[in-house]
Amino acid sequence: MNLMRRIPPLLPFLLCAGVMVSLQQLMRATGTQYCLTQLTMSLYYAIVVMGLCLLMGHAGQVSLGHGAFFAIGGYTSAVLTTHNFSAWGHSSLGGWLQQGRVLIAKEDVFGNAILTVSPWAAFLAAMLLTTLVALLIGYPALRLRGHYLAMATLGFGLIVSKLLVGSTLTGAADGINGVPPWPLAGSLTVTGKTAARVQNYYIACALVLLLLLLLRNLLRSRIGRALQAIHDRETAANAMGINTAAYKLKVFLLSAWLAALAGVFFTHFTGGIGPSEAGAFKSVRYVALAAAGGMANLWGVTVVSTALNYASLRGWFGSLDNAVFGILLIVIITLAPQGPLKPLGAWLRRILGLRNLSEERLERS
Amino acid sequence: MDPGNLALQYFLSGITKGSIYAVVAIGFNLIYSATGVLNFAQGEFVMLGGMVAVTLAQFVPLPVAVAGAILAVAVVGCLLELLFFRKLRHHSILHLIIITIGLSIVIQEAALHLWDEKVRSLPYFTGNEISSVRVFGAAISPQVLWVLGAVGVSVAGLHVFLRYTLKGRAMRACSSNPEAAMLAGINISNMRTLAFGLSAGLGALAGCVISPITMTHYEMGGGLAIKGFAAAILGGLGNPMAAVVGGLLVGVLEAASVRYLPAAYNDVSAFAMLLLVVFVRPHGLFGAPAGAQVREH
Repeated sequence: MNLMRRIPPLLPFLLCAGVMVSLQQLMRATGTQYCLTQLTMSLYYAIVVMGLCLLMGHAGQVSLGHGAFFAIGGYTSAVLTTHNFSAWGHSSLGGWLQQGRVLIAKEDVFGNAILTVSPWAAFLAAMLLTTLVALLIGYPALRLRGHYLAMATLGFGLIVSKLLVGSTLTGAADGINGVPPWPLAGSLTVTGKTAARVQNYYIACALVLLLLLLLRNLLRSRIGRALQAIHDRETAANAMGINTAAYKLKVFLLSAWLAALAGVFFTHFTGGIGPSEAGAFKSVRYVALAAAGGMANLWGVTVVSTALNYASLRGWFGSLDNAVFGILLIVIITLAPQGPLKPLGAWLRRILGLRNLSEERLERS
Repeated sequence: MDPGNLALQYFLSGITKGSIYAVVAIGFNLIYSATGVLNFAQGEFVMLGGMVAVTLAQFVPLPVAVAGAILAVAVVGCLLELLFFRKLRHHSILHLIIITIGLSIVIQEAALHLWDEKVRSLPYFTGNEISSVRVFGAAISPQVLWVLGAVGVSVAGLHVFLRYTLKGRAMRACSSNPEAAMLAGINISNMRTLAFGLSAGLGALAGCVISPITMTHYEMGGGLAIKGFAAAILGGLGNPMAAVVGGLLVGVLEAASVRYLPAAYNDVSAFAMLLLVVFVRPHGLFGAPAGAQVREH
């Protein structure tokens, strides 16, 4: 076994980075760089699906409520960075927060001085709120199995989306617009401005690659193997001494974080967010994309969800968009239940004479 | 109108909607028992039933149109099983469920292109929009009685079918132990087709009787599937009669939240209650924990 040639561990990442760069170069050469905007959005959506890949494909728990976590992340950021906190400005707490750069003073479009939360602080708040909500809903929900869990998460998602539509703080049915750019570090800024389009595309690419690397390492660790055991047979995993409840809660939290992270980046990138992001249809769509990508196949779900989301954001299929999505879903799952990348990868490996040790481990019904 | 009557009015409207959720939940249960799959296209059967009946009613008398719609949709249900689920039996359950989601999207889009995005409805079975019957001081449309009657009769019929006929008992045998049923000479595949046909036909009937009240629209299936799923879970999966209680409960909860909360939050309390129930009783109100666990592996 050791003598067999294996794929170098970083090769897929280099390959993926290569594809990302050449896509951008191709678009520049053909003068279609405006497409990068939709590609960037699809990459952010893909992060949600990556979280579901972990939760569904590796821990075997179904969530029909991840659109809600995306929305919680996005909305927290959007509300905090656009809401005027100037009433706090004169209190000692407000002054203290201003010194700590949590609250920043600036001018709104009418030239009035306003006080808003800085994007970084809003990001931290979003992740904190997500953690709280995910633990609150995850703790009782993960005692449920299979379809009951699906129902509980679906109900949670519906409640969140109704609350977003019903509350004036979140802009009711209109959502929130005018979310400011997010200066990450130096001149790197998450914004939808045309001049920063290429830069933002690479920010999204880097984020996706980094998360892929981290998740792959996580899955190849003790934690990944424990999740695998839970997926295959929960009772047996329990008997082996794996604290299934704790692992399930942790992986649920992790996937909620990923969804919220995607939501924050997405909101700063597009400059706004609407209540449809939390809708049941979105959540179901994420699950469907994860399934179409092969569920447990991290690369597969990333590629498939980016490609399908890109196609529908660009409006390739016009009014038939939903129909094509449904048909593709059925075709992919009927013909390649492990995801389209799996047979492709096996074929490539046969051609190149390479073997991948993780192949047998990832094999599952 | 005094508050008591108003409450009764809301209660009755909850029961009416709830009985439709109950039918969808029964459909979920029939297919779940036979195949282990949750069919998210269940709501589309209701939509198709209404759509086909509205179209047929232009040419033939209403009862014939309704019967035709039920038959046509039942055939669609059987076809779905024959074309997809029979072929894909070796796929994992989760994959099959995702396929039903795909099917529901495709059926919805097909309905949009076959008909259009307009809202349509069947005429009232008796009387019209303004005629009403007084029940304990609350005024209700005669169509409500039609809904309750049709649902009641079909639920009773289903109960008799499952409990006292050979076919029905064979179907129950398939759901409790497929291998043993096969050894006893039951054709499991055909039983699955029958389950799809039955639940599609039931859905279509619900779609016809509710059409004059809530109208028929190509997008109505998704919402009904979610509520029906909630009802099935609330009652406990695998028990069609518990689904009736689940459906009525969801309907009444929904009506109560319309009565007491701002309209924007209409589903919040219903789903919050549902979450609470499921958290307290992880296998639904009448579900059996042991059975559910065995089925999962």
